[in-house]
Amino acid sequence: MEDNILIKTQELVKIYPMGQTQIKALNHVNLDFQAGEFAGLVGPSGSGKTTLLNIIGSLDSPTEGSAEVMGKKIEELSHKQGARLRNQHIGFIFQTFNLLPVYNVFENVEFPLLLLGDSADEREKKVMQALEWVGLSDRVKSKPSQLSGGQSQRVAIARAVVKKPGIILADEPTANLDAENSHHILQTMEKINNELGTTFIFATHDEKVIRYLRRKITLVDGKVAKDERFENPVGKGEYQ
Amino acid sequence: MIIPRLAIKNLLGAGLRTWLNVVVLSLSFVAIIWTQGLYRGMGDQASQAMIEAELGGGQYWQPNYDPLDPLALQDAHGVIPDGLKQLIEQGQATPILITQATIYPNGRMITIRMKGTDPNQNILSLPSHFLEADNDEIPALIGSRMAKSAGLEVGDSVTVRWRDAGGTFDARDVTIVQVMRTNVQTIDQGQIWIPIKTMQELTLMENEASLVVISKDTVDDKNIAGWEFKDLDFLLADVKALVRSKSVGASILYVVLIALAMLAIFNTQVLSIFRRKKEMGTLMALGFTRFQIIKLFTLEGALHGVLAAIMAAIYGLPLLIWFSKKGWAMPGSVDSYGFALGEKLFPTYSAGLVLGTTLLVLMITTIVSFLPTRKIAKLKPTEALRGRIT
Repeated sequence: MEDNILIKTQELVKIYPMGQTQIKALNHVNLDFQAGEFAGLVGPSGSGKTTLLNIIGSLDSPTEGSAEVMGKKIEELSHKQGARLRNQHIGFIFQTFNLLPVYNVFENVEFPLLLLGDSADEREKKVMQALEWVGLSDRVKSKPSQLSGGQSQRVAIARAVVKKPGIILADEPTANLDAENSHHILQTMEKINNELGTTFIFATHDEKVIRYLRRKITLVDGKVAKDERFENPVGKGEYQ
Repeated sequence: MIIPRLAIKNLLGAGLRTWLNVVVLSLSFVAIIWTQGLYRGMGDQASQAMIEAELGGGQYWQPNYDPLDPLALQDAHGVIPDGLKQLIEQGQATPILITQATIYPNGRMITIRMKGTDPNQNILSLPSHFLEADNDEIPALIGSRMAKSAGLEVGDSVTVRWRDAGGTFDARDVTIVQVMRTNVQTIDQGQIWIPIKTMQELTLMENEASLVVISKDTVDDKNIAGWEFKDLDFLLADVKALVRSKSVGASILYVVLIALAMLAIFNTQVLSIFRRKKEMGTLMALGFTRFQIIKLFTLEGALHGVLAAIMAAIYGLPLLIWFSKKGWAMPGSVDSYGFALGEKLFPTYSAGLVLGTTLLVLMITTIVSFLPTRKIAKLKPTEALRGRIT
């Protein structure tokens, strides 16, 4: 079991200075995530969901404690090593999609592969495969400005998944989408999780997302208040 | 290749903002090359005119000769040494004798330099053949400026008074046989030319000269006892310094142009960095390092220079070539510049000037593009993703 652990946090503390005072965003968080999990960090605003996601994604470093991701201790990584970890092993999906506006769909999805140094043939094959997963193989030439919110988020998913990372971190991925698009996106991510075994960790307070989770970790004031697992998540439920 | 590719996409994607910067910068390119070419052409033209009309391939000076000291002219003459005499006989050199004199045109008195030259010389472009006399009159050649200031015309006689080698004052009438039009003031203003033989006789300076001009093709700087060789670098130093000082004045124009273009690029860069924080955060999340982002933004800025160079080449090159062929008509007042200029000024553009200017502008553009990006070095990915910058 221990071998399958991709992410492990131990006594993780994150403190942000706020003027004269300090805010403790994470307060001694101890969590493990295994390969293939479809988990979510839930809780009210300011509970530390995004902070934990950022530390796991090596975008931020802990103030105290340790966070080990794919065998690398985040607190010990240099800026360059952090960038390499993100490039090779972690995919990100953001609330606002964060597509590169000057690139078309194909180029946006291709971007992580360029950083990895894949050959042109390999890149084309992988990009088309990723776009097929998200159902956008017919929009390869479209610019982000020509896509709807749902389509943009699907491109972002394709970009996150194209390099087949071990972990995909999704921060409020459905916050800017309507219900129908949200379910479509979540089903796509669920499919990728099932087919590729990619670990998904969400930061969300969207009930629609929570219904798909197989593990729900509730954070309150930077502490893990509840850690629940579901054998059969509700998924789309009554929407079906 | 990912950074150049992204930089080009971003730059072209910025549309009008990019092209405005590029147009301003390309104007600077063309203006710098144009003005520099103009001054280079001015220097070349002035040097060439002086070489042809006055300096030849260099001059041997009698040791007392100093063109800037009129009082020294009294003693600035000596017997032409054998080494130079040989060159003169071979047609590779020509002697010039100079003394101070006074003319009395139209009841006025003007201090001048009387210069003796060989009417048969072909070392200089001076129209000395007009000095070949077939009667007792002393023929004199003057320039158009001298003619204007003294009120003299072809056929006029004017009394010239000088002091001979023995210190005795003497005077004779000379007849103006030709008014030459030259853009070289130093063979025109305040001087008259007469045949050197006549002058040697009048001044009791038989076989003497103040200086000997060697032809352009003669490579001769051998030591002639008692005479000093002055090469073209020495003889043209004042002209070059004058052109340089004028080109420094003109450089204010392109400093202003460059400053404007750089301000626009700096402004664009600062705005870009503030507006595109989220994009930077995304790039970091995708695996870019801060250094790579700095490179990307610096390259985007520097590419303005490359695009400007291309644009300048498209419209500037034909313009500059046309200009260098047609020349620029000079107003009459250019005489006040203090050196020889023709009626038209032909700019000279060397590959060095074009490449040098391009490299200079690209270098400044890169530095200006880099400066605002230093802020990125302190950028936290989480802050950038939230659209903030620290």
